[in-house]
Parts: sequence; C-alpha cells; structure tokens
Amino acid sequence: MPREQNIRLNVNGRVYERTVPVRLSLADFLRDHLHLTGTHLGCEHGVCGACTISMNGRSARSCLTLAVQADGAEIVTIEGLRAADGSRHPLQQAFLENFGLQCGYCTPGMLITAIELLRENPQPSEQDVREALSGNICRCTGYQAIVDSVLAVARDTQGSKKREIV
Amino acid sequence: MKPAWFDYYAPRSLDEALRILADAGPNGRVLAGGQSLMPMLNCRLLNPAILVDINRLEVLNSLDVTKDGLTVGALVRHADLLHDDRVRHGWPLLFEATKQVAHPAIRNRGTVCGSVAHNDPAAEHPSVLVTLDGTVVIASAAGRRELPAEQFFTGILSTALQPGEMVVALRYPPQPAGTGTGFVEFARRLGDFAMAGAAATLTLRDGVCEHARLTVVGMGEGPFRARAAENMLAARRLGADDRNEAFAEAAEKVRAAVEPADDVHASASYRRHLAGVMTQRALETALARAGAH
Repeated sequence: MPREQNIRLNVNGRVYERTVPVRLSLADFLRDHLHLTGTHLGCEHGVCGACTISMNGRSARSCLTLAVQADGAEIVTIEGLRAADGSRHPLQQAFLENFGLQCGYCTPGMLITAIELLRENPQPSEQDVREALSGNICRCTGYQAIVDSVLAVARDTQGSKKREIV
Repeated sequence: MKPAWFDYYAPRSLDEALRILADAGPNGRVLAGGQSLMPMLNCRLLNPAILVDINRLEVLNSLDVTKDGLTVGALVRHADLLHDDRVRHGWPLLFEATKQVAHPAIRNRGTVCGSVAHNDPAAEHPSVLVTLDGTVVIASAAGRRELPAEQFFTGILSTALQPGEMVVALRYPPQPAGTGTGFVEFARRLGDFAMAGAAATLTLRDGVCEHARLTVVGMGEGPFRARAAENMLAARRLGADDRNEAFAEAAEKVRAAVEPADDVHASASYRRHLAGVMTQRALETALARAGAH
C-alpha cells in the first residue's frame, strides 16, 4: 500500500494539488506544505481548539483530520477570512476593537468557531457564546473580551451595518 | 504528537470495507469521525497497521425513522442529530445527551456509532443506548448480527466487536406514551468529559411509575445500569408528596452500587457522591417531562 497519496482540495478559494504522506494531519499539511501558518497547533490531540478550521462549511479540528481525508474538500482557514478588498472580517475587526486577543495563539480557532456560531445563531446569548467557544482554550484573556467581541458582531449585524457572516 | 505509519484505505463500497477489515483482522481499525481514534493515534496509544476510512461510504450516512424506531448509520455525526427535529421530538434523551457531547467542532465530525464502538466510560452515547434499550447493528464480511446494547459494552474501552467487524448502525425503539426522559452530567468545564452523569426514563400511568430505566455515566467500566434503583421505582407512586423520598432512595441505591475509581479528575468518593446527585436530577427532569404535576 503506498504511503503517499495525491489530494486535490480547495483552500480559501484556491485549488491545490499535492502528494502527501497518508499519516499527515490536515493541520501539518496547511502549515508545512501550503505555508498557511495562521492555523496554530496547541495540543495536537483535539483538546485546545487552536487548529480549528472550516471543512465543507463545518468547523473541524485540523489536528484530528488527515490531509488525505480532505481530498475534494473546501477548507477555510484564518487566511481566508479577509474580504477580496483586503478588509478584515467583521469578527476580526470586533476582536481588534474589543481587545479579544492578547498573544493571538488561540485567535484563529476562536474566529472560525465563532463564525460558525453566528451563522447558525445570529443573535446568541452570552451563554450561547460561552458554550460555543468552550472547546477553544485561551490562556491570556480570561475569555470575557472574546465573548464581548462575538456579542458586538451579533449586535452590529442586527442593525444597519449588516454584513454577511461567511 | 504524530501518528505512526499505517496503511490507509478509503473504500468506495461497504463490501470492500468489510473485505479489507476481514483481511486486516486485529491489525485493522475503522476511521469514521476520528475524534477519539485520531487523538489515540497522535498520542501513540494505538498503533494499528491498517486504517479503513469509511467516510466515503454514503450508504452509512443515513438517519431513518420508521414505526420501529430510529436507525442511526455509522456516518451520522453528533451535529446531524441536533439538526433533526424527528430526533428532538421522538428521542429527547438522545437529543439532550448529544447536546452535551464535547464541543461544536467535535460534534461536527464525531459519529454516534463511533462513540458507542469506542465505549469511553465518560461518554454519553453508550449510556443513552442502554437506557433506551437500543440495539447495535454489526457487520463483517461474514454477514450481519445485532446485539442489545447491554451485551455490547463489556468494559473500559471494550465491546463485543470482534476483529473484522464494524458497527454499521444503532437502533433506538420508539418512546412509549407517557414517558419522560432526563440526561444530566457534571464536568468542571463545559464540554469536558463528565465526572459523572445519569440518563433516566420514567413511564407514568395515573401518577404511578410503570417503567423506569436508569443508567449512570462515568463510573469506570462503561454504562452502569442501576437495576436496584429501577426495581425500587417500578410501581411506585410519584406524586408531589412521594417523589422526593423515592428519588432519594434511588440515589442511595446508586451510591451503594457504583464502583468508581480514583483518577486525576475526581476521587472515587466524590464520583460516588456525584452519581447520587446526577441520579436525582435526571429522575426529576424525567418526571417533569412525563407530565407529572
């Protein structure tokens, strides 16, 4: 059985074709093969949430997904959140304005997770936000400013500044 | 934190998957959602020579409801159950428990059948399957067999699955009228594995308990069916004056029966205490939903 396989996948709107070892994680593929190092690795066994990416529209741990399993998939990483004109995603902007990050290590996973929450539940309660982010560990902020950031976007999208959440 | 080498197969048909599993024997592992298996591979707690990835087998991605009940195929993710109104209304215990499985990203990938096949003692799905009198559908190259949930779970991370076999579906019978269910668990952080939990169903007729099922989560060996408490509750009047005493007795029977172990998360005596508290809360929830006043 060959220990390498060809995969073809769409990452942030761009199609890549690569040959990868079958045991390579999607996280290592994104970081080491595509040099998309915005996806961070904390624990590498699914606990910390730093490596969370979007796979076919659903958040997933890229450390618990093999690169070969992403063959044919559509992946969105932190690098794919900016708009075509280079402006920040509203949630990125909210994290900036509400001090939702300090060291920034957990932020990519936080953003991907919170975007999925806001898509499924555009007006979450504080408890909804805390529950949704419970699988993403932050060792700096104490979470309060992160929760504030997500709630700020929920408030904004309710009003006139409505902009579509990915 | 990288897995050791394995041969990777992503078969396109169930027959092909079962043939590969038969050839692999004890060296083969089924990869579905990967939310338990991949951490074990990354930490090198497991080192299977052959991984059979079933994610391309669309035939297993089925959530069927008939008059005989609910059938959950091997590719149904936790999140799929939470998006299904038939599950929410028809199997509320399963729905409530699934909400408490880990975190959103884990629920998006992890499968119900995978959780059952893994049988982590702190996991929700094994206990729910036992409480609801569910059945495990097992396939191998030699054919199919079905096992009642209680015969399937044999100990910590252990089941009746033999080499070459895989879980292809779970069956949950319909919930009888007059039944209320409750699932509660306790963890220090939201979404963590529970230190203790309980799943309960109560079927009432004229304020009397006709049928009770109670299973305790997190007590060491896998789902713990609390038969002594169930028997005590059967035929018991559960009116406003009687219920507290009955549920306290049930909790006492559970505390006397469970055999939790000490670990880094909780001492055995604390788990025993929690088992009683979870029992009472699950029964109270079930009773309220069974329509008691």
